Amino acid sequence: MMKMLRTLLLMRRFEEMLIQAQKSGASFGHFHVYIGQECTGAAAIDLLRADEHLVTTHRNHGHLLARGADPARLFAEIMGKAAGYNKGKGGTLHATVAELGFLSTSAIVGGAIPLATGAALASKQLGRPGAAVGFFGDGALEEGVFFESLNMAALWKLPVVLLCENNSAGALGQSAGEYPGSTIAARQLIELVLPFGIPAVAVDGTDVKAVQEAMRAALERARKGEGASFIEARTQRWPGSRPLWPALATGETDVAYAWQPERIPPEHREWFAHDGVIRYLREAIAARECDRAQILEVDGEVRRSLEKALRFAIEAPYPDPASALTDVFAAPEAR
Amino acid sequence: MADLTYIEAIRTALREELAHDASVYVLGEDVALGGPFGATRGLAEEFGERRIVNTPISEGAVMGIATGAAALGLRPVVEVMYADFITLAMDQLVNHAAKLHYMSGGQLAIPLTVRVQQGAVGASGAQHSQSLEAWFMHVPGLKVVMPATPADAKGLLKSAIRDPNPVIFIEHRALYWTRGELADGEALVPIGRAAVVRSGKHATVVATSRLVGVALEAADELAREGVELEVVDPRSILPLDVETIAASVRKTSRLVIAHEAVETGGFGAELATRVQEVAFDYLDAPIERVAAPFAPVPAGPTLERAFIPGKDHVMAAVRRTLA
Repeated sequence: MMKMLRTLLLMRRFEEMLIQAQKSGASFGHFHVYIGQECTGAAAIDLLRADEHLVTTHRNHGHLLARGADPARLFAEIMGKAAGYNKGKGGTLHATVAELGFLSTSAIVGGAIPLATGAALASKQLGRPGAAVGFFGDGALEEGVFFESLNMAALWKLPVVLLCENNSAGALGQSAGEYPGSTIAARQLIELVLPFGIPAVAVDGTDVKAVQEAMRAALERARKGEGASFIEARTQRWPGSRPLWPALATGETDVAYAWQPERIPPEHREWFAHDGVIRYLREAIAARECDRAQILEVDGEVRRSLEKALRFAIEAPYPDPASALTDVFAAPEAR
Repeated sequence: MADLTYIEAIRTALREELAHDASVYVLGEDVALGGPFGATRGLAEEFGERRIVNTPISEGAVMGIATGAAALGLRPVVEVMYADFITLAMDQLVNHAAKLHYMSGGQLAIPLTVRVQQGAVGASGAQHSQSLEAWFMHVPGLKVVMPATPADAKGLLKSAIRDPNPVIFIEHRALYWTRGELADGEALVPIGRAAVVRSGKHATVVATSRLVGVALEAADELAREGVELEVVDPRSILPLDVETIAASVRKTSRLVIAHEAVETGGFGAELATRVQEVAFDYLDAPIERVAAPFAPVPAGPTLERAFIPGKDHVMAAVRRTLA
């Protein structure tokens, strides 16, 4: 429980700090944030074994942190520093930690889906029983490779968990029980998957327990060699992700909102009413799994460690410009 | 020594690498049935359908799945039935396979081989005849190999499969049933080394794929007139062995570049620039190109014949350099 709490706060604080760092002049390019979706990634990744694989998308910071990436090296990668995980060649859009099982971050919508399916194929062929998880947004379901991959995942019973993070729930049409977008004809996303014979469920992506329940079933199925699963985790788009550049549109999260909702500024109440992190804290207190003092203590520790990590990244040197030309091709290995 | 057709040489390379390395897999449409031209005939019986994997007609996701599997240590050999169909897989090939090593700062390697066949053969029309190699050499992270003989087809395919990078292995359909001698044993051919396939002193013809044979025919005919052509086959256009080509140009002082792809934006344009960068002072005539005109490949047999560059085009180009 305390681990989940810390992971959620780490994810939230990392990106709040990232937004503030850019506002105060740290130089790096465009980035996307995972704020509002933390419960999905934290819950799902918590259940993965160390030898299992993941492919993620442009909203990747949370996934990497939940898997145990060092925030200092992740900040450094986002800033294009030599100490970054990818030596500054990946940036936020392609941050990868292979030793934690990540097979890249694809910033092409839908790109992660065949890669994750391929990782599952390799696991199966190499006789390493384990699941591969592909994270992607609802927009990826508009791409052709989604359907092609579903077909092969079903045909070959591949141990892949396709985790669709639908962060546009709550928009137009949702109240009528329909998919909110105007760019996909399906009324429910899972209806796109079921004809392939792949089990598909939709869960509340701000509910850690609900995500874990769906994920547990999917992982068990994959690990037993029974095949692929699809999970739609529904969250709402954080207002700070609406502008072209992420902004702290709902202010910095105050953990006390979990027990003093009156402290939430009126203009942000609608958002925090369905914020998964605050919900998790509130429910943990209600279930007496932790108390306010413990939450404040973890939050303080997370902030201090992130401040140190951010300082490391800001002070870290940029790579030698000549290194832009290395790693174009892999060197032949000894065989 | 063995006498094999080009397609038998490809099958031999696949069989040897499948036997040599359990992480080698073949994926493609109908590959377990032997493929449309028989390149994989008998492999499913020998190695099982676990390793010779029939895929749906889904070039994009198959390329992505092979890329993901390669990142985890498989050595997939993906057969794309016609080079024209690789357009459906360009995102996975160009944005993913080619870049994962670089974008990850060297953490990941993608030992992926993509076999395609191309060429204007048999009145196949504009969607089954294109030569697309220049697209791939324009993408950092991809190697591009174009064997012209059975020996090179075998030796280069084995090297491609063992390479830790994505390699686009471009076969020519018209060469499939041509024969040639193959050395015994592994007979690996390193990627990135050109071959001087005929020695001469009056002009150099750098030709790729089917045009190598065409250039040799032109050389035979010109020899009767006392013109000695040197014919160089780069064998891989990326990496490109500029030094071997430049050495030939320094010797002959004349260069003709011949390929079947359309001339505009083609490999010949790149090579001409690279040669003049290092051997301009040695050139006694402008560099000539022999290539297809800038049009889709026509379907009708007479139009197709008019479109494909041949021996007469090579001879005319050589004569222009000697004029």
